[in-house]
Amino acid sequence: MINKVVSGADDAIKDIKDGDTLMLGGFGLCGIPENCITALVKKGVNKLTCIANNAGVDDFGIGLMLQTRQVKKMISSYVGENAEFERQLLSGELEVELIPQGTLATRCMAAGYGMPAIFTPAGVGTEVAEGKEIRNFNGKDYLMEYAFDADFALVKAWKGDTAGNLIFRSTSRNFNPVMAMAGKITIAEVEHLVEAGELDPDHIHTPGVYVHRIFQGENYEKRIEQRTTRKKD
Amino acid sequence: MLDKNGIAKRIAKEIKDGYYVNLGIGIPTLVANYIPEGINVVLQSENGLLGMGPFPFEGEEDPDLINAGKQTITTLAGSSIFDSAMSFGMIRAQKIDLTILGAMEVSENGDIANWKIPGKMVKGMGGAMDLVASAKNIIVAMQHINKAGESKLLPNCTLPLTGVKCIKKVVTELAVLDILPEGGFRLLERAPGVSVDFIKQSTLGKLYADDNVPEMILD
Repeated sequence: MINKVVSGADDAIKDIKDGDTLMLGGFGLCGIPENCITALVKKGVNKLTCIANNAGVDDFGIGLMLQTRQVKKMISSYVGENAEFERQLLSGELEVELIPQGTLATRCMAAGYGMPAIFTPAGVGTEVAEGKEIRNFNGKDYLMEYAFDADFALVKAWKGDTAGNLIFRSTSRNFNPVMAMAGKITIAEVEHLVEAGELDPDHIHTPGVYVHRIFQGENYEKRIEQRTTRKKD
Repeated sequence: MLDKNGIAKRIAKEIKDGYYVNLGIGIPTLVANYIPEGINVVLQSENGLLGMGPFPFEGEEDPDLINAGKQTITTLAGSSIFDSAMSFGMIRAQKIDLTILGAMEVSENGDIANWKIPGKMVKGMGGAMDLVASAKNIIVAMQHINKAGESKLLPNCTLPLTGVKCIKKVVTELAVLDILPEGGFRLLERAPGVSVDFIKQSTLGKLYADDNVPEMILD
């Protein structure tokens, strides 16, 4: 079996360079590649284009890369909850392209399935449609949206094996599997790295063919954005 | 006139047994509290969950289990988890029976604006454009008039659009209204104590109203 294991986050991201386009998995702060983000901040690469559903919060997630001004452009569906993001956007330091969440996910999926474009009704008749080709199928208009082209995808999984097979846990799955399929080089950080053969092939969410490097992550904070609870009766 | 919970309560009566439902943030989230006894529904959260359960008990929060509002939640017997592409796949393929979401403005031809106010910080559309473009059945929960008393039910939206010709029903603090296929709001029900005349005054878009419009029944 091909061994995809690298020693850690610094090793995994060592060839990410200024100007690269990165995909980062996660929804809010749930299922984000915490170790890779920390390593990117440490490495100090700049002018990055980041494709991620959200931009983190001021002091966590992609917000850490915004503090250090490493991001040139964000491609996201929702970027609230981040004051530093807002400041950089209004001052013109940061570009942002807002796209519908389903379009974001499906453009990742298309890349992973080897399809150059998709057609979606999301955004027809709105400013999202400006400059885009519209095709009518069965009486309904659809926008043509291109598959993403990302140099690296950085994803977080719950379990992974040395062959790069991944299993995600609960709603921390979100964008991670589709981004894992979409990167030219995909880097997976996992909470539990096991030997090939220890995961049931029937339970794999992302087959190892899509994963180029895998490492055992450490010190996961898994910060909760909105802690909501109920009282026991 | 209804408060937010009243609007949610009225919308909950539109939910039928066996529905898969996506609830947006704000008033729509409250609808879950008023789903009638004996009605079985499955709530979808577009970050990748069918079968959204209540908030966890204190101390049992799981950072890996959140809803689209990033709140900690729980699963239920029969829940399922999937990725974001499949989540919007089932929305696009109209497997979700009902979408309930908020709006800043709705027009008489069913356009909706709910994601952007020019000149203010733009946070993004999230999944709203996907939902309104694909859902077969959308109910909008919104305020009929703003704080200045101006109508938010308009001939044409003034804010950037989220979707066009997609809204068929609106529930506000004043009324329940359909949007007719040929355009125009049709008044179906009045909120308790609200007159047809007041609803007419509060609706800038074309409004069709009989003289005898029933009052909402909430319980």
